[in-house]
Amino acid sequence: MCLAVPAKIVELRGETATISVDGALRDVNVSLVDEPRLGDYVLVHAGFAIAKWDESEYAEWRAIQEAASP
Amino acid sequence: MNQLAGQIAATAQRVGRSVQFMEVCGTHTMAAFRSGLRQLLPATVKLISGPGCPVCVTDTNFIDAAIELSRRPEVTVTTFGDLIRVPGSESSLERERAAGAQVRVVYSPTDALALARENPRRQVVFLGVGFETTAPAVAWTIQEASRSNVGNFSVLAAHKTMPHAMEALLKDQQVKIDGFICPGHVSVVTGAKMYRFITEQYRIPCVIAGFEPGDMLKGIAMLLEQQAAARAEVEVEYTRSVNESGNVAAQQLIAEVFEEADAGWRGIGVIPRSGLAIREKYAAFDAAKKLGVVFREAKPHPGCRCGDVLRAAITPPECKLFGTACTPVNPFGPCMVSSEGTCAAYYKYSRQVAA
Repeated sequence: MCLAVPAKIVELRGETATISVDGALRDVNVSLVDEPRLGDYVLVHAGFAIAKWDESEYAEWRAIQEAASP
Repeated sequence: MNQLAGQIAATAQRVGRSVQFMEVCGTHTMAAFRSGLRQLLPATVKLISGPGCPVCVTDTNFIDAAIELSRRPEVTVTTFGDLIRVPGSESSLERERAAGAQVRVVYSPTDALALARENPRRQVVFLGVGFETTAPAVAWTIQEASRSNVGNFSVLAAHKTMPHAMEALLKDQQVKIDGFICPGHVSVVTGAKMYRFITEQYRIPCVIAGFEPGDMLKGIAMLLEQQAAARAEVEVEYTRSVNESGNVAAQQLIAEVFEEADAGWRGIGVIPRSGLAIREKYAAFDAAKKLGVVFREAKPHPGCRCGDVLRAAITPPECKLFGTACTPVNPFGPCMVSSEGTCAAYYKYSRQVAA
């Protein structure tokens, strides 16, 4: 249940951000992360962003995923 | 992956004896099974599954209380999906819903608050289960309900916290643990510092790993390195999400709304200071107080060994009900219900291997 997915912020309105997960959009609360900005990657759990990833951290995640796929 | 597997095999030889690592978190359990990662490990390195599935460790008396609430005509019960199929003493929320009760599955506690706003004449109760990862979302929602005076919203809280549960497992001499793969997303909130007492007082290595198979393999390699060097430290593999101090804003939110409390874990019993109770200041949003919920002693199914599975004292196939009377379609205990439950994972991915 502690599943959390990385998602990109595509719209920002105060404490609420619209995120995109593989193209699917959803509004989440971003009040728990420091200075969320458009284009940031956040880790989302139960409707809340709980951490922010920078570009290099996102790239690391993609690399690990690609290494695992056949 | 193969390179990591090779490294693990070499380090395991240096360790020179059998070791048993516990993946505490249910999401790790599922990731390990789905990827077939166990098959990449040498025979001397065993993974055992821990109590980190919130639905699985929720006591039967909590389910019974939620069922009792759902039978009240003015109440709408809202919950994360997995919980509705968990059998209580006599029924489940799913069965109550089929019989006409208002039970709604939500993705976020904020969805439950929105439902309360839309239905001012109903009492909307959110079932607050989950660990440190989930507690901030619920705390935020309670504060928001308080700020905006949504008087018909409340939470039946059974949140739990990891450190004292992990300590209870270490004190339980039945299960040998040579290292913890610590829960990744709990650690995003708490920070790596939370596990230091385990390495310092118990000398058990801890590695916080991410959820991709490559992350978990690397985490296992790091635990083996610690064993080979006779070290016990808290190390972070999941550096893209976890730091030393964690999400401080989330920690503050938890501390403002909740206070430490003793909590009952299915199969383990009451663990002191391992739960979160809603503070008196927010009593108006505490369903237990506001709606007078009584927690009665519950009777779990006599044959169900979920408790032993959660402590890693047995593996699912050692339970007589596993795969015969108890299946995902007709589950007896929560470990078979939750998609992250150890029994569900065994059933789905390794029945042939395990049999």
